[in-house]
Amino acid sequence: MARFIVRRLAGMVLVLFAVSVLTFAIFNLIPNSPPAQRLAGKNATPTLVKSIEKDWGFDEPLPVQYFETMKKIFTGELISYGDELNVEERIVEGIPTSFSLCIGAAVIWLSFGILFGFLSATRVGGWLDRALTIGSVGGISIPVFLIATLFLYFLTYKIELFPASGYVPLLEDPIQWAYHLVLPWFTLAILNIGFYSRVLRSNMLDVMREDYVRTARAKGLDERRIMVRHVLRNSLIPIITLFGLDFGATLFGGAIITEVIFSLGGVGQYAAESITNLDLPPLMAITIFGAFFVVLFNALTDVVYAYLDPRIRLGSSAQ
Amino acid sequence: MALEPQPDPALPAGEPDEGFPAAPAGVDAEGHNPWYLAYRRLRRNRLALASLGLFGLIVVFALAAPLWAEHVAHTGPNTTHTTEKITVDGEKREVVDVEGKPIGPVWFGAGGKFFLGADGGLGRDEMVRLMYGGRTSLFIGLTSALITTILATILGLLAGYYKGWTDGIITRTLDVIWSFPVVLLGIALGTALAVGGLKIGPLELSGNSIWIPILIIAVVYTPYMARPIRGEVLAMREKEFVESAVAQGAGSLRIMFGELLPNLWSTVIVFFTLNIANNMLLEASLSFLGAGVQAPNSSWGKMVSLGTESIYTSPLLAFAPGVLILLTVLSLNVFGDGLRDALDPRSKVRLTRAEAAESAAGGAI
Repeated sequence: MARFIVRRLAGMVLVLFAVSVLTFAIFNLIPNSPPAQRLAGKNATPTLVKSIEKDWGFDEPLPVQYFETMKKIFTGELISYGDELNVEERIVEGIPTSFSLCIGAAVIWLSFGILFGFLSATRVGGWLDRALTIGSVGGISIPVFLIATLFLYFLTYKIELFPASGYVPLLEDPIQWAYHLVLPWFTLAILNIGFYSRVLRSNMLDVMREDYVRTARAKGLDERRIMVRHVLRNSLIPIITLFGLDFGATLFGGAIITEVIFSLGGVGQYAAESITNLDLPPLMAITIFGAFFVVLFNALTDVVYAYLDPRIRLGSSAQ
Repeated sequence: MALEPQPDPALPAGEPDEGFPAAPAGVDAEGHNPWYLAYRRLRRNRLALASLGLFGLIVVFALAAPLWAEHVAHTGPNTTHTTEKITVDGEKREVVDVEGKPIGPVWFGAGGKFFLGADGGLGRDEMVRLMYGGRTSLFIGLTSALITTILATILGLLAGYYKGWTDGIITRTLDVIWSFPVVLLGIALGTALAVGGLKIGPLELSGNSIWIPILIIAVVYTPYMARPIRGEVLAMREKEFVESAVAQGAGSLRIMFGELLPNLWSTVIVFFTLNIANNMLLEASLSFLGAGVQAPNSSWGKMVSLGTESIYTSPLLAFAPGVLILLTVLSLNVFGDGLRDALDPRSKVRLTRAEAAESAAGGAI
């Protein structure tokens, strides 16, 4: 197990380096204009562009430029030239909001996804299975902003059931915190509920064909026990890897749109504001931290996965 | 669990499916090629056919934009009518009232003008904008899916066929792209290129070119398609038909594109269909956030973002483009699933009545 973790971490460090190089290239290399001009933003003055060019080392060779950029991002001295505010401070401010949104949504999508997938798989071909299958295709096809605007119009305006915007910190008032987040949570969860119930359903149908399930039946175990203890438990393992990929993708995907529509003011909304203002330094930092988070989270879920399923770690150390 | 192969329930009893010829002894079994069999299975899947029809309708809706604009609405997608008045059922009404609220749907009350009303503040014809926006959204979805499919197929073939360091380089590069959350990578590239423009060799694209979001979306989704194709090629290249091609002296290119590629078609076609849906969703998200299609172009995602500004007074402006995206993506997803079932009857996602019968016999809870 220790060997597996060390190997996984070594691979991860290489990926992190490659990710930082690609981020540098996206912002400072690939676009077809002087980088200092782009970073300065909309109201750039020639003096500002000159000082950025010197500050970021854009007149030096590429490795120096890369090093200067990374130094700025990782020492927390990156500022937005639009509003003169420190980028990292604003990101840190938004983190509790973004995590409240995504963790809550994850709890909802895992619970409903597993429930619906289980119900579908144990009733293959029945009316409930068919209804859930249709519902899940709908869930993966509906754009986040359509759910959000429908919620906003019908549940906060037509029927004033929920607040339309704002975030209340958890420690300040837990009830208001949850009350303000109910709609954003469901907005964000619906896509993955559809996706997870589909995946779990097909996993369970595969596991049901395994010999050990037949053995369990032959032993005379009752059906409920077979389904829960043998089929469901084994079908859940691949869901963990999937969750490792999807949590990050949701945090920096659907969550951005959800935060904007419900004016929650987290990291996602900061990213959206920066796009509107064509302000690149905050986007640079959010991109690199976002990708780092995803890589770390994946490595973590892989370790959990290997812990739960010995075939993985034994298989890979035998190579 | 039944060990006997189950007859394909999509085919009527008696008709042989590939894999088990049911020809009586002494009579030559009539052979059908697999594409014909797939077509026959698809033809029986009414839900998939209805979805294809719906997608076709949406394409026609978008293609008809210039016709509607010229002959019915008599206005363009970017023409503003802020100060104008129109006659609706004999009654004079302002397109945009004093408070800035645009006119709602008037259907054919004004002879087809402002069928769905006008958009916020600028008084542009919403119906015309929806049709033109659909052209952009569909064009981006289809073109980028085509590029992704070609890129992913070539990369998957090269990596899976050559293995070794070619595979190493391709796989590692794709892994790095894969590490970025899709929307975040799209935002980073979209904003950076919208500010700076792009230059690839002699080809120069300005920041508001429609090809920038197309290329971005194509690149972002390539790893998701190239990985499974590579896996399939890896498995396939050990098969006898590749060995026999090598024995006949076929070169690498001939084997990759003459032997392996034809066997990948069914996978590639299914991926392509589902990829259009994903690409359209990503385009909509990016355009909603301002990192996709740039002015003066417009797309459904951009229209939703404009519509949310006046969600309480004119909700239709946000709902109409949103619902059109939903219908397009839904039709492509359902059709793609049907296509997969038809082309690969043994694929995992399939729900057949045979499976249902099996688990019913096993006694579901």
